[in-house]
Amino acid sequence: MTAKKVRVLVAKPGLDGHDRGAKVVARGLRDAGFEVIYTGLHQTPEQVAEAALQEDVDVVGLSILSGAHMTLVPKIKDLLKSNGMGDVLLVVGGIIPEDDAEELVKSGSADQVFNPGEPLDNITEYISGKFYK
Amino acid sequence: MQQLVAELLDGNRRAAARLISLVENDDPQKRELLKDIYPHTGKAYVIGITGAPGSGKSSLVDWLLKLIRKDGLTVGVIAVDPTSPFSGGAILGDRIRMQDHALDQDIFIRSMGTRGSLGGLSRATREAIQVLDAFGKDIILIETVGVGQSEVDIVKTADSTLVVLTPAGGDSVQTIKAGIMEIADIFAINKADLPGAERTTTEINLMLDMKNSEPWRPPVIQTVSVSNEGIEELWQALQKHREHMENSGRLLEIRRERVKRELTEQVEYLVKTKIWDEVKENLEFDDLVENIVHRRQDPYSTSADLLAQINFYDRGPGEGD
Ligand code: B12
Ligand SMILES: Nc1nc2c(ncn2[C@@H]2O[C@H](COP(=O)(O)OP(=O)(O)OP(=O)(O)O)[C@@H](O)[C@H]2O)c(=O)[nH]1
Ligand SMILES: [Mg+2]
Repeated sequence: MTAKKVRVLVAKPGLDGHDRGAKVVARGLRDAGFEVIYTGLHQTPEQVAEAALQEDVDVVGLSILSGAHMTLVPKIKDLLKSNGMGDVLLVVGGIIPEDDAEELVKSGSADQVFNPGEPLDNITEYISGKFYK
Repeated sequence: MQQLVAELLDGNRRAAARLISLVENDDPQKRELLKDIYPHTGKAYVIGITGAPGSGKSSLVDWLLKLIRKDGLTVGVIAVDPTSPFSGGAILGDRIRMQDHALDQDIFIRSMGTRGSLGGLSRATREAIQVLDAFGKDIILIETVGVGQSEVDIVKTADSTLVVLTPAGGDSVQTIKAGIMEIADIFAINKADLPGAERTTTEINLMLDMKNSEPWRPPVIQTVSVSNEGIEELWQALQKHREHMENSGRLLEIRRERVKRELTEQVEYLVKTKIWDEVKENLEFDDLVENIVHRRQDPYSTSADLLAQINFYDRGPGEGD
């Protein structure tokens, strides 16, 4: 049996109320065997980082459809780093234009970005691939 | 590892979080860590909150956190949600209702999946309590999964147990699961804004009247956790129960019972590990099984023989330092 359970924080930072994607992804991750901590809407970057710390997660997943990803994602990455959690896998989903996605990954803020229509299997397989060889 | 415990005692939140993961994942060092933590435990007061799914446990915890902090006390929360028996995954969502407190450094909230445990708690809840206790939290709140009938592990773990009910609507309270009636130190009738709260309260009180006169009669308190009604009263009742437990000597008594149970479990665990370590390596084991299958031997004298061969004088796993 797989020894350790991988814990994933699914959070919605920022002010938009689009939570459908976050919920769909949370369910998909649960069905793939992950332990998902869902923190709900309207989280500040500080709240996201603190929840990640207390829950000792292996993955932080952000769902952002508001257009504020270029400020929110780097901010959260920095806070995680200052908590000693810089090596936590950080994935982002939502409405993220291609150029922005590329920059977030290149600058090291995010490990991967997923866009609308991304099949859930791709998401769960990507994360599984990072933890189970 | 020792470093991690030192950091915990120093108030480092990351260390607390890491240690809970280590005990939850059955790390090989778990017993060693818990051994180091144990001398620093015993100070926290543990309050269990249980009740049907969706009855408002998390919402009540959220309000209680405000009052507990107003009294200047620090708090740890362990919120348990069910693990899917099919995928082994879980969605832990209790935190959603407690997010107002996310940045209060004197509140530490941890979500846990049941991971196959059936009693309403997770297997590692008790160990996580020890970590938060040593961490220096004055009060530890445990939210169980929504309970059915047999899931009453919380009484074995908590110093006070709060049972959350909701107005029974058309149904009579008589249908409320017997198990959960027995374990309450305090009843909250939450969602008292819904019709039927008065009747439910009366029925619970009638049921309590029928019970033999015990030194503590559970108060029945109506609460509305969407608009902060009755929460003040609820917190007062919890404090009163704590006083009762302390002054009557009952607290010491239940903690003694708890230690008895834990010590027994630990011995059983060590014996089991020891037996399997030795017996499973013993190739003869399969032969013995064959012999028993074919009725050349019986399992009763064979097990006694096996036990007699085991050297119990080495120290158990995790103790060999
Ligand atoms: C449904 C919807 C709504 C619903 C939301 C219901 C709800 N509770 O979620 C309602 C009607 C309330 C709504 C309102 C608004 N919306 Co709207 N909405 C949409 C719409 C049509 C679909 C979003 C959706 O649910 N998709 C389905 C889910 C499953 O997909 P997803 O979220 O993209 O998730 C996938 C991936 O992105 C990824 N993913 C997402 N999150 C995560 C997280 C992790 C961890 C991972 C790994 C992956 C991941 O995986 C998912 C599966 O593939 C989009 C347009 C679109 N096609 O995306 C606009 C859209 C998002 N809305 C938009 C806007 C502007 C608004 C409003 C401001 C006003 C308006 N014009 O309607 C309001 C604001 C509401 C608020 N309070 O914030 C804009 C956003 C523009 C932008 N960011 O630049 C969009 C893009 C429409 C547009 N083209 O203009 N909306
Ligand atoms: N009308 C009313 N609704 C309430 C009240 N308290 C909680 N709720 C609602 O009941 C729902 C469940 O509340 P939670 O606090 O999540 O309940 P819970 O017992 O923690 O749920 P689980 O952890 O899933 O078992 C939410 O939609 C709340 O808004 C109340 O006093 N009145
Ligand atoms: Mg809850």
